[in-house]
Amino acid sequence: MDIIITGLLLGGTYALIATGLNLQYGVARIMNLANGEMLVVGGFTAFALYTGAGISPVLTLFIVAPIAYALNWAIYRVMLRPLVKRAKSRGMLEQESILTTFGLSFTMVGLMLWIFGGSYFKYSFLARPFVLFGDNYGLNRIVAFLCAVIICGVLYLWLNHSRAGMAIRAVAVSPESARLVGIDVPKLSAHAFAIGGAVTAMGGAVISTFLTLDASTGVIFTMKALIIVIMGGVGDIRGTIIAALILGVGETLVASLINPGLTLAAAYGMFILILLFRPQGLFGRKPT
Amino acid sequence: MTTRDWKNLVLGAVLLGIAALLPLTGDAYAIALGVNIAMYGVLATSWALFSGPTHYISLATAAFFGVGTYVTASGIDVLPYWALPPLAGIIGGILAGIVGLATLRLSGVYFVIFTLGLAEMIRQIVTWRQNATGHKGSYVLTDLTENHIYWQLLGVAALVYLAGWAIGRSRLGFALRIIGDDEQVASHLGINTAVSKVALFIVPGAVAAIVGAMIAPRYIYIEPSTAFTPMLSFQVVIMAMLGGTGRLWGPIVGVIPFTLLWEVISVSFPNQTTLLLGLCFLLIVYLLPNGFVGLFQKIHARALSKEAYQ
Repeated sequence: MDIIITGLLLGGTYALIATGLNLQYGVARIMNLANGEMLVVGGFTAFALYTGAGISPVLTLFIVAPIAYALNWAIYRVMLRPLVKRAKSRGMLEQESILTTFGLSFTMVGLMLWIFGGSYFKYSFLARPFVLFGDNYGLNRIVAFLCAVIICGVLYLWLNHSRAGMAIRAVAVSPESARLVGIDVPKLSAHAFAIGGAVTAMGGAVISTFLTLDASTGVIFTMKALIIVIMGGVGDIRGTIIAALILGVGETLVASLINPGLTLAAAYGMFILILLFRPQGLFGRKPT
Repeated sequence: MTTRDWKNLVLGAVLLGIAALLPLTGDAYAIALGVNIAMYGVLATSWALFSGPTHYISLATAAFFGVGTYVTASGIDVLPYWALPPLAGIIGGILAGIVGLATLRLSGVYFVIFTLGLAEMIRQIVTWRQNATGHKGSYVLTDLTENHIYWQLLGVAALVYLAGWAIGRSRLGFALRIIGDDEQVASHLGINTAVSKVALFIVPGAVAAIVGAMIAPRYIYIEPSTAFTPMLSFQVVIMAMLGGTGRLWGPIVGVIPFTLLWEVISVSFPNQTTLLLGLCFLLIVYLLPNGFVGLFQKIHARALSKEAYQ
């Protein structure tokens, strides 16, 4: 029971990160391999503000979000827009965006190593036990989970019940047709990419309250986010959340029953099963 | 075979022969650099054999390379050394086949994502096995010198070039070029796209494992973090891209300047290697998307059109 709850709590934060990636890939069509680095940037900001100025990580979310939004918007406009323009097909854009964001991820890791050094970053925030169904859980994990639920919930409502959200979903389904009904696809893609980056960075700030981060851990989170997005289906927020919870539980199961060093191997195991049996995602329909 | 084929073949053999004379200089630094260039040359060329025509970016080099080093590390006490690189090649090929079967039936993104984390996953499993059995790293003690490693790698290079040349002329190579141009057209033509891709992906997998097995004696002490460095996959991609993947000789044209540049960078800025590698990568993607081969072809085409006007 406590394994499942710990897994669900972890999965909640994963959902946040993967939702960010899904917005970037599903709407802006950018397979962003530097996603994990954006997460680490968010985590480091929370660390610096908490240890330097004593600002609670929950408040930091409101600082991280606009900064990450602006940063990602600039990345999209300066670096990725030219690729979108020169790409002849979706496959070519995918390939070029993979290469570019891969280079970007190394650049960001390098910058963070330079500024912060290669050591681990950890701070103690709300490290008190909290009793739930008779078992003890870290209060920071519960708070992190609640933050994730609130952010995902707001995002879900906004995407499904607002005009701008509907436009974004339209671009996700078909950029060509969205253009025909008067949606400014380039502008909206930039916004979706920026929102995705902001959500991921918030996820980083949240995750830093209970996990140890260092400058080069980003790629592990990129991997997990990618696996979740594929499991849940590209462009499907609901699927992403459920896939994230499944991954969180699966990983916690493997970590506590077999070995904590095998979390990525566990994620990979699930990835292989999905690839073999449901490559269109858990809730996706088979392409005709 | 045409006269042109013979000419290329002889030219390639002569160049390799000249390269094989390097250890005779007796300069230890030059030989060490030569081993690096030969290693990256083989890895980048075999990488481009698959990723060049198909445009599928494989980030799995480090995984196969690491598997190869572990074949040597765990087999050196049991088997004679000469049996290990071929064995590594077989294991690497089988692994590549499995990875290919799982991912290459689907769109390219799945393949990239899968290969991105493959090295890390195998590293976790190896570390876990080692912790479970109680021994951390292993020693590879042989009487092989840098010279021997260098010559072995040149031998593999010769095989890779021959294989690449043969594949380029075969039905398989032709099929893959069509797949790379338009996968739908390829399947309408009756090409079994999945089988062709998996078959070709086995080549870089086996070659990277062989190279890993050959490099292992150089490391002497082998542990998971040195055998599965994710940086290796990245370096191979960047070098092959710098040279250009459109021609068989492309990657080596990128490998030589980049290895020398990397030598300077890692000596002068040891703390900024990751940053500089990322920046180099971005520069290549934006400024030289088709590598030196593309640049050369552009200049060549311009010279030709100038001649035509005169």
